[in-house]
Amino acid sequence: MLSLIVFLPALAALVLLALPARLPDRAVVGAWIAVALADLALVVAAWLRMPTGTAFAFEEQLPWIPSAGISYHLGVDGLSLPLLAMTDVLFLACAVFALRETRRVRSYVLLFLALQTVCLGLFAALDLILFFLFFDLSIVFMYFVIAGWGHAGRARAAALKFFLYTFLGSLALLLGFILLFLAARPHTFDIVELAVANPLAAGGPYAGLTLLAIGVGLAIKTPTVPFHTWLPPAHTEAPATGSAILAGVLLKMGTYGLVRIAMPLLPASWRQYALVVLLVGVVSVVYGALVALAQSNLKRMIAYTSINHMGYVLVGVGAAGLVAAGDAQARTLATTGALVQMVSHGLITGALFLLAGVLYDRGRTYELGDWSGLAARTPRFAALFAIAAFASLGLPGFSGFIAEFQIFTGSLPAAPVPVAIAVTGILVTAALFLVALQRIFLGPLRTPDAPGTPRPLVDLRPSELVAIAPLLALATLVGIAPRFLLDLVEPAAAALNSLVAG
Amino acid sequence: MEMMSEDPGALVPELALLGAAVLGLLAGSWLPRGRQWLVAVLAAAACLTGLVATALARTRPAETVFGSYAVDPTTNAARLIVLVALLVAVCASVDTARGHRRETEYWVLLLLGALGAVLMAGATDLLLLFAAFLLASIPLYALVGWAATGPATEASMKYYLSGAFAGITMLTGVTLLYAAGGVTAYDPLRENLTTAAADGRSMPALAAVGLVAVLAGLAFKAGAAPAHFWVPDVGDGTPAPVAGIVTTIPKIGALVAAFRLLPGAIPAEVVDWPLLVAILAAVSMTLGNLAAFLQTSVQRLLAYSAVSQVGYVLMAVAVASRTPQAGPALLLYLAAYALTNLGAFAVAAAVTTPDGPARTLDDFRGLARRRPVLAAALVVCLLGLVGTPPTAVFLGKLAVFTAAVDGGTAWLTVLAVVNTVASLFYYLRWIAPVLALDGDADATAPQRTRPWAAATAVAAAAATLVLGVGAGVALTGLPSLLVTP
Repeated sequence: MLSLIVFLPALAALVLLALPARLPDRAVVGAWIAVALADLALVVAAWLRMPTGTAFAFEEQLPWIPSAGISYHLGVDGLSLPLLAMTDVLFLACAVFALRETRRVRSYVLLFLALQTVCLGLFAALDLILFFLFFDLSIVFMYFVIAGWGHAGRARAAALKFFLYTFLGSLALLLGFILLFLAARPHTFDIVELAVANPLAAGGPYAGLTLLAIGVGLAIKTPTVPFHTWLPPAHTEAPATGSAILAGVLLKMGTYGLVRIAMPLLPASWRQYALVVLLVGVVSVVYGALVALAQSNLKRMIAYTSINHMGYVLVGVGAAGLVAAGDAQARTLATTGALVQMVSHGLITGALFLLAGVLYDRGRTYELGDWSGLAARTPRFAALFAIAAFASLGLPGFSGFIAEFQIFTGSLPAAPVPVAIAVTGILVTAALFLVALQRIFLGPLRTPDAPGTPRPLVDLRPSELVAIAPLLALATLVGIAPRFLLDLVEPAAAALNSLVAG
Repeated sequence: MEMMSEDPGALVPELALLGAAVLGLLAGSWLPRGRQWLVAVLAAAACLTGLVATALARTRPAETVFGSYAVDPTTNAARLIVLVALLVAVCASVDTARGHRRETEYWVLLLLGALGAVLMAGATDLLLLFAAFLLASIPLYALVGWAATGPATEASMKYYLSGAFAGITMLTGVTLLYAAGGVTAYDPLRENLTTAAADGRSMPALAAVGLVAVLAGLAFKAGAAPAHFWVPDVGDGTPAPVAGIVTTIPKIGALVAAFRLLPGAIPAEVVDWPLLVAILAAVSMTLGNLAAFLQTSVQRLLAYSAVSQVGYVLMAVAVASRTPQAGPALLLYLAAYALTNLGAFAVAAAVTTPDGPARTLDDFRGLARRRPVLAAALVVCLLGLVGTPPTAVFLGKLAVFTAAVDGGTAWLTVLAVVNTVASLFYYLRWIAPVLALDGDADATAPQRTRPWAAATAVAAAAATLVLGVGAGVALTGLPSLLVTP
């Protein structure tokens, strides 16, 4: 079942590749939408059939390179299933949004289908090498998305920077995996076996180095300050769907790696360096928010808020390692919040980037100063953007609030002062979103008068509305009735915390 | 203890290559130019014979034949890699050599060079190693000059001169090691050096100088720094298939030879060769990468990339005596590299411009639109050289990195990681124009198609993916590859 979920998009890509190239573009995108819907249906079915408990469900294991302890091992639990679902939702939204794509649609759809398989595979992988395979391929495919469909001019340089920087991270990760592999007797790359054997449970310098390698690799992908500099150009130059996937799904790979690999397999070192993780998180929160506030480019602004939001995740997982302070319940709350934040950020930021794409489509610019007073002319766009902005800044009633509230409540006992500083991040985010809303939507009507903007200003088209509105609806659903998600996440978070606590 | 024998039946792959070379030379003297392709068929048949013989022989116990040639899993793996590489090289060369007035010579020289590479891999005696070195060198000097164009002649001259220098140095090294140890066969040499060191009558400097001189020869064949100066000129000056051959096939022989020689003949306590090789590895990968950065000629770029790739393989040699994972890592990397590198050179051979073969990065502009399949093969091969999963070189890199960390040279692994990221930069410099949309609209201009090279490139790229994904199957099917010598 999991293999089908993971490889359905890739299979569809192969079928599309075999079909003649004369196929109309709409048909190709239509096929993508159908595949994304089918895949989402499969994930929902898996969710409904998900057994209670913290064991891995739907496990599949085939020998791959047995002599090196590498196997094709898939499985999901409460940590990964919500991310699988979020990935499928986001890809479906991008598929619908892509109905308006006109540039080399066939290759574009093939690339996104491959990217979908890679993203799903990463969240389902239970073998370090399988994980690494998907991790690396996500970089390769995203490079082609940015370089091939990004905004002309600087896209290639941004794509190159993205590829080089995150590739360095992936190799650091590989180094950490090799250290884990060598520590286990018998040598294995299997995450489940490593968690059982727990060769580095005692900590020490070797385990510390392993955590450093894995941590740097994942920190670059997340990204956290100071490894974030690849993110703003990559986001700014990528096409809207590319940005949505990059922010919504690819960034989660970093934090997911922390909860799937770093925390359970290196518990002692995680406890030892948890405060460092938490502080890096706090710095990312504050720095990301402040730099976002200073942006005049809408897309760059959203990109920096991603750094801010991923910082909250780090605060949550960092607090999980501060065993000495705070009780187990509080730590579980923080971890749960971090996991919910991953899902929430995927939905909300995905929607924001797609909305930014709509804006660019209408006026070929992201500059906040070029727009004014759009609320009167494009009410649907304004409404959706306002909802997304309020959701992103953590207003109660949206998923972001559930996540951030749990993170702060859970981690405050563990590290009161840093967490109190992190809370100011919310304030800055609120300010910057309000400023952006005000500049784009209020005031006298002004639209950019640049070459290449001949068309009249139109409100959201149906395909755009159908792509974006469900993301925000889901974010609201999680915000109002989060139980369906929390029932899945909480046991997994508790199990993770007991592993970290040793 | 290994069996000793003088059974020529153990040498079927070597004899097949030799037989095909001699027969081909004779037949080529009488065949009309239009039918000289029969020699290529003969060469391919020799490869297939050798492959079948190797596959059949892999269950035989390890033995030493004629007192100086090991027929063991390592040799079998080296045979396998060289023969497959040779087969790929033959296919990739058809468009270049076909109908040329020196066609027969091309195939014969290629066969002899490959035979020399196989013999280097199996030699367990310094004298045989040197003889094999000459056999792997001299035919290739001629092959490099085969095209008889200006740059090819210059490349051949440079290759020959540095080869002659390296050969003399190597022979001096053999003499010095003989002076230090009294024998030239690896096992007794090791025993003699160890006893001499234990008795306190050893001359470590003598052995060290001798070893360095022998390594100079091997480094020349492998194209490793500091004996790499011929690589860019040969890589750039010759037709792409020839460049692919000389940067791949002798390398396999030289690196396996180093892997056999160092732990087999030189005790690490007499000469600290692990450190020496580690430094060579570090210098090779770094210099090769730095030099490749701003190249505009694709073949020169690939040549420098070949220099840096030797560095990664040398990592496995450096830890040869410290971890059982070094042997499989070395062989896996070499197999993956041979396929990938030949694939990349085959793409370079397959793409033509109206003025002749494509040479610069700009000639590849818009290739993805003109020839999407070939462009895909190129992207797979180049990302393969970087070491992106799921290509074969990724598994090779994983194995080599693991062996290096396990062998206590983690610093070298970190350096290799940094170099890998750096290498991505220049491979992307080639990939970017391939995907560019603003390629010349002149795509309909008549161009000489080179179907063999193109098909070989696609097949090699597919093979790297199959080997990368199905390595477990391949390794289970050939357990001998994983048996540490």
